[in-house]
Amino acid sequence: MSSGDWEAVIGLEIHAQLLTRSKIFSPDSASFGGGDNQHVHPVSLGMPGTLPVLNEKAVELSVLIGLALNCRINKQSVFARKNYFYPDLPKGYQISQFDVPLCENGYIDFFVDGEPMRVEITRAHMEEDAGKSTHHGDGTLLNYNRAGVPLLEIVSAPVIRSPAVAAEYVRAIRRTLRYLEACDGNLEEGSLRCDCNVSIRQKNNPQLGTRVEIKNINSFRFIEKAIEYEIQRQIDLVETGQRVVQETRLFDSVKNRTYAMRSKEDAHDYRYFPDPDLLPLEISSSWIEKLRLGLPELPFQRVRRLQIDFGLSHIDASHLADERELGDYFEEAVKVCSNPKSTCNWIMVELLRELNLGKIEIKNSPVSPKNLGSLIQFIDQGTISGKIGKLVFAEMWSSGRRPDQVIEEKGFVQVSDNSTLEKIIDEILAKNSGQVEQYRSGKEKVFGFFVGQVMRETKGQANPDLVNSLLLKKLRPPL
Amino acid sequence: MDLFENDATGIAALVRSKSVSAVEVATTYLARAERLNGLLGAFILLNQEVINQARKIDDKISKGIDVGPLAGVPVAVKDLLCTKDIRTTAASKILENFVPPYSATVVERLEAKGAVLLGKTNLDEFAMGSSNETSAFGVCRNPWNREYVPGGSSGGSAVAVASRMCPLAIGTDTGGSIRQPASYCGVVGLKPTYGRVSRYGIIAYASSLDQAGPMTLTVRDAALALEVIGGPDLRDSTCSQIEVPRFSENISPKMRGLKIGIPRQFFQSGLNGEIERVVRNAEDLLKEAGAELMEVDLPLTDVAVATYYLLATSEASSNLSRYDGVRYGLRADFTKSPAKTLEEFYARTRSEGFGEEVKRRIILGTYALSSGYYDAYFKKAGQVRRLIRDEFLNVFEQCDVIMGPVTAILPFKIGEKVSDPLAMYLNDVYTTSANLAGIPGLSVPAGMTEQGFPVGIQLLAPHFEEQRLFNVATAIEAAAGMKGRLPDVIR
Repeated sequence: MSSGDWEAVIGLEIHAQLLTRSKIFSPDSASFGGGDNQHVHPVSLGMPGTLPVLNEKAVELSVLIGLALNCRINKQSVFARKNYFYPDLPKGYQISQFDVPLCENGYIDFFVDGEPMRVEITRAHMEEDAGKSTHHGDGTLLNYNRAGVPLLEIVSAPVIRSPAVAAEYVRAIRRTLRYLEACDGNLEEGSLRCDCNVSIRQKNNPQLGTRVEIKNINSFRFIEKAIEYEIQRQIDLVETGQRVVQETRLFDSVKNRTYAMRSKEDAHDYRYFPDPDLLPLEISSSWIEKLRLGLPELPFQRVRRLQIDFGLSHIDASHLADERELGDYFEEAVKVCSNPKSTCNWIMVELLRELNLGKIEIKNSPVSPKNLGSLIQFIDQGTISGKIGKLVFAEMWSSGRRPDQVIEEKGFVQVSDNSTLEKIIDEILAKNSGQVEQYRSGKEKVFGFFVGQVMRETKGQANPDLVNSLLLKKLRPPL
Repeated sequence: MDLFENDATGIAALVRSKSVSAVEVATTYLARAERLNGLLGAFILLNQEVINQARKIDDKISKGIDVGPLAGVPVAVKDLLCTKDIRTTAASKILENFVPPYSATVVERLEAKGAVLLGKTNLDEFAMGSSNETSAFGVCRNPWNREYVPGGSSGGSAVAVASRMCPLAIGTDTGGSIRQPASYCGVVGLKPTYGRVSRYGIIAYASSLDQAGPMTLTVRDAALALEVIGGPDLRDSTCSQIEVPRFSENISPKMRGLKIGIPRQFFQSGLNGEIERVVRNAEDLLKEAGAELMEVDLPLTDVAVATYYLLATSEASSNLSRYDGVRYGLRADFTKSPAKTLEEFYARTRSEGFGEEVKRRIILGTYALSSGYYDAYFKKAGQVRRLIRDEFLNVFEQCDVIMGPVTAILPFKIGEKVSDPLAMYLNDVYTTSANLAGIPGLSVPAGMTEQGFPVGIQLLAPHFEEQRLFNVATAIEAAAGMKGRLPDVIR
């Protein structure tokens, strides 16, 4: 039996940390970092007698995400206790949602290699994060700063068939969350965490195979690699007559393999039951509708619109739509110059290079979208050449000034005056009679030399089109 | 009249009128509590700071500042309620040295209205018990006969008030834990409507049933105390938004036209004859006062105890999992033989820290919630609970107040029933349904047994209708002549 007969079945659970100021059930800070156990309130520590009070902002962000993922928002949902013992779980249970989650039955659309793809989302439920254990030799240190941070767990249906699509799916979710400003999507800091469920089955077999869960993978590349490895491992097992054991595995990114963390025999009975300290969460249709109206345009739609409205390629549109701010920047710049292709190039090449070098976020860019648009306009109108444009851009970047200010101050205005240029060209031709002869005898390559000379003489400010036509005329053999 | 014979309202009046200073009151009660506590074991901790608290009250009064209706009243608080910077144990070894950095809302509110904290009272460990024998800090004794239990779990609070170590104490009631010891010790005990009083800072036993309430010498005090401790609290989502009426000013003992329902099922075999006699006597008193008595049916009474124990232990198994020795409280000694696994770490700490009854209930609850049994036990119990609530709502269509016994049996000897937990559970037959339904219930002393034990009468009303309880209880209080009766031990 060849590997070609196998099909992978992949489902993902994404834990997104919601961008709230305080925790989901207590008033302590939900921000990342801080000194050890600095953001701890008696409630998030689960101290005796303390009670949870739900953070409304966390609900709002969760509903927004649910709506963006095309979910049905349950007007009444229930917080349940998931009971298990672990030192970083202060109460001995995690408050989560079980029977009735906040969001159900949604989907997300995204592109894979330019082709649209849809993945169904089974549910998205709210829960609190646990603390963090770090193991040092015999001892374990506990930091509860993260305990009680609000999470939304987004569970996909087991409909993904390839590692690449799985990674794209996670990217699409992350992009959406960032568009909503509901989660910063930082995988290294753990504000977006991903567990992958992988099984294999023979094609056309509707029955699912034994499922293996790979936990806490912290990069898109590793998601792809871990799943690739896991699929192959399972195929190898089955093809050599062994069986896949249901277990939880971790991914070793150095050795590029997954390894067993715990088997199903250790699986817990979580004894879920409705948390009696919290009433069922009730939200009104009008609030949901209000939030729906406030939804921004989402990445998938934006890619399509950028292609249609601005005639951009799929790749360009996808790049621009990757971050909400980048797309906004583009659209604002285009408004000024009406040259989408050029604007896209300027952003992709010049702007992003500088932003990346300086580790600057686009919203803090010293070159505003208006100013970039205006620079492009100056080029398109012939006031300056594209080459000079780059000098102007560099000056705009370092000083934050408008392009017209830079052009005027540096005297960058393009020389498009016939008589001035003719005079310069005549002088150059006179000084380089040898090259003139070469050109006239058929070595047309020499033409570039003359262009360069003119540019040098005019410090690059000569209008290149004009230089070309004048040179052609002057170099023509005398009749 | 000795100072200690006053009720809370009386003491506050004396302090506010400067007839006596708060310091004098606190000193008197502290000395009295120190003297009697050795005999009765009502307190786990006496708060020496109470004198300083009282001094602050006096300072305010001398400056003309209104300190509130509980001016200078020494209160005892069940040691299940967290008190900032004061050790709070839940009568469990596992919390032996726990000092919370916060106070329960109830404690804050009492202090905000002029009360001073006399001490933390004894209870059954984590409020699990009906006799106050499961406390890790020793039994508490009934002041009417020290060989007998005071009832529980709020036994310490009942005894503190009954023996006049303080005029007002706070208890909690999950399945009868205020009403039953109030009846056994001869004080007024109120379990308010679920959600009337914030649970913030009250160490949870069964969250959906727990409710704090006052234990007092008079019905008027109970009404006043509820006004102080009740009301919305942003820190407890299950706490009702309904504002608390001025119960104490609205008490009306007029019984004419009032319909009082007597549940047939409260008088079946198993009810002690003397208790029945006291209840029937109260019926007569109320009838004379003009109330209309009628028999009503609460057929689900006999499943209430089973329902209660399934739900309460299920919630408890979850609520008590935080006591694991990691962050606070007791941790087993691992210096000689370190734990090899995390499980061993938990097991040893919890084995050492929890008493037998607590372990029994945790295991029961874990079982009822576990997969494969959830539907048959926890879920089913939840459905029955809804039926019990509906049953009450139906009966309250017919009558204004329900009246009956608090307990089926009289106080028993210390140690007598320790080995028979089931028999003790069954003693909660008349009290648990009010917790399951969330309705308010009150026990008011209404007579004495031949052996010299007080007997309380239980009154039940619809949600948030505590006023009706205070009205009827005041009529019984006036007619039964129990007010001011003192147990011999305290003279």
